[in-house]
Amino acid sequence: MEHVIIGNGAAAIGAVEGIREIDKASPVTIVSAEPYRAYGRPLIANLLSGKIVEADIYYRADDFYEARGVKLLLGEKAARIDVEKKRVVLESGKAVSFGRLLIATGGIPFIPPIKGGEGSSIYTFTTLDDAKNLEALPGKVERVVVIGGGLIGLKAAESLHDRGIKVTVVELADRILSSAFDREAGDIVEKRLKEIGIEIVLENSVKEIVRAKGRIKAVILNNGEQYECGAVVIAIGVIPNKAIVEGTGIMTNRGILADGNMQTSVPGIYAAGDVAEAPDLLLGQKRVAPIWPNAYLQGRYAGLNMAGAKKPYRGGVAMNSIEFYGIPTVSMGISNPPDEGYVVRAVYEPKKNLYRKIVLKGHRLVGAVLVGQIQRAGVLTGLMTGRTNVESFEEELLNGEFGFASMPPDVRKKILAENR
Amino acid sequence: MLYYDQNKNYRDFEVLRDENKCIQCQVCVRQCSYEVHTYDEKHDEVTADQTKCVGCHRCEAFCPTDALKIRKNQSEFRDNALWTPQYLKNIYKQADTGGVLLTGMGNSYPYPVYWDKMLLDASQVTNPSIDPLREPMELRTYLGAKPDAVEVHGGNGHPRLDTSFAPQIPIEYPILFSAMSYGSINLNIHVGLARAAEEMGTLYNTGEGGLHPTLYQYGKNTIVQCASGRFGVHTDYLNAGVAVEIKIGQGAKPGIGGHLPGEKIGPEISLTRMIPEGTDALSPAPHHDIYSIEDLRQLIYALKEATDYKKLVFVKIAAVHNSAAIASGMVRAGADVISLDGFRGGTGAAPTMIRDNVGVPIELALASVDERLRQEGIRNRASLVVAGGIRCSADVVKAIALGADAVYIATAALIAVGCTVCQRCYTGKCPWGIATNDPYLAKRINPEIAHEKLANLIRGWGHEIQEMLGGMGLNALESLRGNREKLRGVGLNETELNILGIKHAGA
Amino acid sequence: MKRVYAKEDVCIGCRLCEIACVVEHSESKNAIRTYKTEVPRPVARNVVEERGPLTFSVNCRHCDEPLCVAVCIAGAMVKDEESGVVRHNEEKCVGCWSCVMICPYGVIKMKPAAKKVSKCDLCNGRTMPACVQACPNRAIVYEER
Ligand SMILES: Cc1cc2nc3c(=O)[nH]c(=O)nc-3n(C[C@H](O)[C@H](O)[C@H](O)COP(=O)(O)OP(=O)(O)OC[C@H]3O[C@@H](n4cnc5c(N)ncnc54)[C@H](O)[C@@H]3O)c2cc1C
Ligand code: SF4
Ligand code: SF4
Ligand code: SF4
Repeated sequence: MEHVIIGNGAAAIGAVEGIREIDKASPVTIVSAEPYRAYGRPLIANLLSGKIVEADIYYRADDFYEARGVKLLLGEKAARIDVEKKRVVLESGKAVSFGRLLIATGGIPFIPPIKGGEGSSIYTFTTLDDAKNLEALPGKVERVVVIGGGLIGLKAAESLHDRGIKVTVVELADRILSSAFDREAGDIVEKRLKEIGIEIVLENSVKEIVRAKGRIKAVILNNGEQYECGAVVIAIGVIPNKAIVEGTGIMTNRGILADGNMQTSVPGIYAAGDVAEAPDLLLGQKRVAPIWPNAYLQGRYAGLNMAGAKKPYRGGVAMNSIEFYGIPTVSMGISNPPDEGYVVRAVYEPKKNLYRKIVLKGHRLVGAVLVGQIQRAGVLTGLMTGRTNVESFEEELLNGEFGFASMPPDVRKKILAENR
Repeated sequence: MLYYDQNKNYRDFEVLRDENKCIQCQVCVRQCSYEVHTYDEKHDEVTADQTKCVGCHRCEAFCPTDALKIRKNQSEFRDNALWTPQYLKNIYKQADTGGVLLTGMGNSYPYPVYWDKMLLDASQVTNPSIDPLREPMELRTYLGAKPDAVEVHGGNGHPRLDTSFAPQIPIEYPILFSAMSYGSINLNIHVGLARAAEEMGTLYNTGEGGLHPTLYQYGKNTIVQCASGRFGVHTDYLNAGVAVEIKIGQGAKPGIGGHLPGEKIGPEISLTRMIPEGTDALSPAPHHDIYSIEDLRQLIYALKEATDYKKLVFVKIAAVHNSAAIASGMVRAGADVISLDGFRGGTGAAPTMIRDNVGVPIELALASVDERLRQEGIRNRASLVVAGGIRCSADVVKAIALGADAVYIATAALIAVGCTVCQRCYTGKCPWGIATNDPYLAKRINPEIAHEKLANLIRGWGHEIQEMLGGMGLNALESLRGNREKLRGVGLNETELNILGIKHAGA
Repeated sequence: MKRVYAKEDVCIGCRLCEIACVVEHSESKNAIRTYKTEVPRPVARNVVEERGPLTFSVNCRHCDEPLCVAVCIAGAMVKDEESGVVRHNEEKCVGCWSCVMICPYGVIKMKPAAKKVSKCDLCNGRTMPACVQACPNRAIVYEER
């Protein structure tokens, strides 16, 4: 059975490893639009800031593909999928037949229409090429405006700041990190970024990009304020890159719908990663969760199932870990719950840059936000994904030193007795 | 030290820390339950308050870099053969507190140790010695009353026994673990003792604290004790082991009762002792129903009734001036086994003056009891188990030669699991996790390790006993029992030799 | 595979396991030299938890399906297929703390200054991991379960 994978990101690598765990022989082909071996996408920030070099960004061994007998088609973009004939047609005109297909095309940055948005010096920040393009800025431009105060926008801002560029982040919401984190966490991070010298403008957006002789001079915000800059980075979110399934009959919603086995509505065709809309462990429904752990694990389970293992994926949980200038943060699960049906507890010590919030539903831990002190956060993740009843030690979850010793003996012993 | 009563500074020990080796790992800080060591975070330094040190060596044993030494305080008082530092310090202490001096373990005064004044015989030329590695060597002993005579019929190589025997307990080694109550020591050690006794085919003794439910499974290796407080005594308990021991007295504190303070009576101990949590466990000095040999006989037979005459009844007394006469009465009262505890016997807590000044050396008491019972022709009616300062297999062999059927060991057993005889058992803070039920400390005894070490001790002593027997040309312990011809005294006067019933070396 | 397990009933909280781990992963492999001269000193890779009288060590389980490997964005966490050991390559680690966020046993140690993590490597083929050997009370065992 020929396995074909479109995309070469975390989901694809997970799939290769999953397939090869079960099936050492069948041919596997990867179609990758990007001309690079798989790289750690989040590491483009580390690369841009100068903390690592390009060689470090490739996160699997040099012989990863050969060693696993994977045919890698680099720089080839899949144009369409012929479901009937079971083949993928590439833009180059070539076609690849598949027995099982995985769509792991990831996400694409969402770019809103902005006056002056056409032309040079507008950047996105999701690919290695983006990072390489931005690397040309230091020395050439003094100021950059980043549109979007989410995780990717702030990473871009941080990286550029590290390279000596003055950065202004413009965020539409009344706080940064509004989707993954909450107000308190956002406030601590905002304060820290400002201390470092990154300018943050809230409740505002870029109405117009002002150019002179084609070159960016400034941006004008909704309130009329003007910010000088030589380039603009747009980072207001990524959306599932699902264009390829148009007209194939594969069902989509926000993303490509996948079931517990990561299979789409068309048997034999799977979807995983940022492009997929798959079951969420906590919500009990499908959703797009564009994060690395989900991408890898969905890919891995897609791979296992493509190879015939019949191993359903229990579903992922949203989680992010990101550090801003010495302040580590973690958000997991439902970090901004609606009021009803959830119990929220928190300890907030903004002076010490400490914050710890837990979200409970029916005595189950369903979300958490940690700032400043994140060691052993995984123990919480374990309770969350294990659906452990935490009623008898709810109070303890707020303690920064929380660990197994904080749990009643039966709970602790049960967890520690398990191998995973 | 600043703020201390001046005389507290006449400390017993010095804690020497080699700063070149100390890595500030704080293992000593965590190990010392007397809070001698403290870590000063600001200066990244570990310091010691030596006045609190009891000399248990726990910290030294655990220090990963060999940075610690515990020495006797080098500071000296002016020489005086009468007013030795120990007396001075005791007086200072009592002048401060007005209290009774307390201590743990056994008599620590330099009274003569008769084991060390007796030598064993060996075979040369006229009688061959035996190599225990090549030839069978019997250590098995049967505890229990033996009949005055046995009648057999048959013959022609097929003799049949007509006499019926009182119940007997076979033990594979003549070494039993002596009574230590759950409360004075902890359950982990009890488990270790029970399992070691099971593995080695011998017995351990519950002491007066009752029997924890988890230990009923070791019944065939258990002696349950019935003491003056009657803690934890009920029908199932009496029937749980192979014998019941009535404890009249204890070598470390003859004539004195016991007192386990209420703080030590946690849920498990309360359950096992059958007393409310937090109440003091007071063992009266006497049994209030025993004021005569006749009373003792009543209790012995009450226990035999309660156990359907299937269990042996041991009676334990401290070795005192007229032990021989008392022992005779005990045998006549129906005791199957006499447990005789010499003045070096250990304890969890005793008034120092009692421990160090009351009682009789076990060697002398043993010799006189055995002799008296023989003279009265009743030695066969009870076995004789002796205790109180048995330190090695040679002591065991000498005790058997003096007439004991077996020995009890307690201090030696505790030393096997780490005890350094610091004699502070009564504080409940035993850093070795032995004489304590503080859950943080009690964990220091891993029952699995305790089991192994205790079994090893018996095994090792067993090998040595076999060697010594073989050397004397004997192939069974039975042949040595009461065989005082195999002993010779050194440096003993006529009276001592007479009491011990042995000749002087050279004779 | 053989893994390191702790027995809380007999753990005495002495933390000799941690010291052994630090020394084993030091340059000199000598306790005194490690603690007195090595800067930065290696961190102990197990976690000794303490609460009242309760103490026990938690060690990496070298999971069959290691989540730390799944989430590592830098390829610094690798499960060795042959030995089963989950290894961490400090060179590659970028200190994103993703693994810290997901390890259900909470046994990945952060080194904030270095922006790296540190984790158990089962002492790289040592017959008996250092912590297990150093435990004076057999409260850490290395066995197949
Ligand atoms: C700057 C940045 C920082 C991030 N930081 C974190 C973080 O800290 N933690 C975290 O959990 N997540 C982070 N993420 C998100 C994480 O990187 C993604 O969730 C993950 O990379 C998704 O993997 P994927 O395999 O689904 O898709 P991708 O990695 O996006 O891979 C999809 C691949 O498919 C290719 N492709 C698309 N269409 C076609 C086609 N038609 N033909 C051939 N190839 C095609 C694309 O070129 C791309 O190479 C970050 C993302 C960015 C951009
Ligand atoms: S009391 Fe024991 S552990 Fe404490 S310092 Fe003295 S010898 Fe060390
Ligand atoms: S670090 Fe945690 S997740 Fe990774 S193998 Fe060890 S126990 Fe498993
Ligand atoms: S902290 Fe290091 S090892 Fe852990 S996930 Fe990040 S890069 Fe990988």
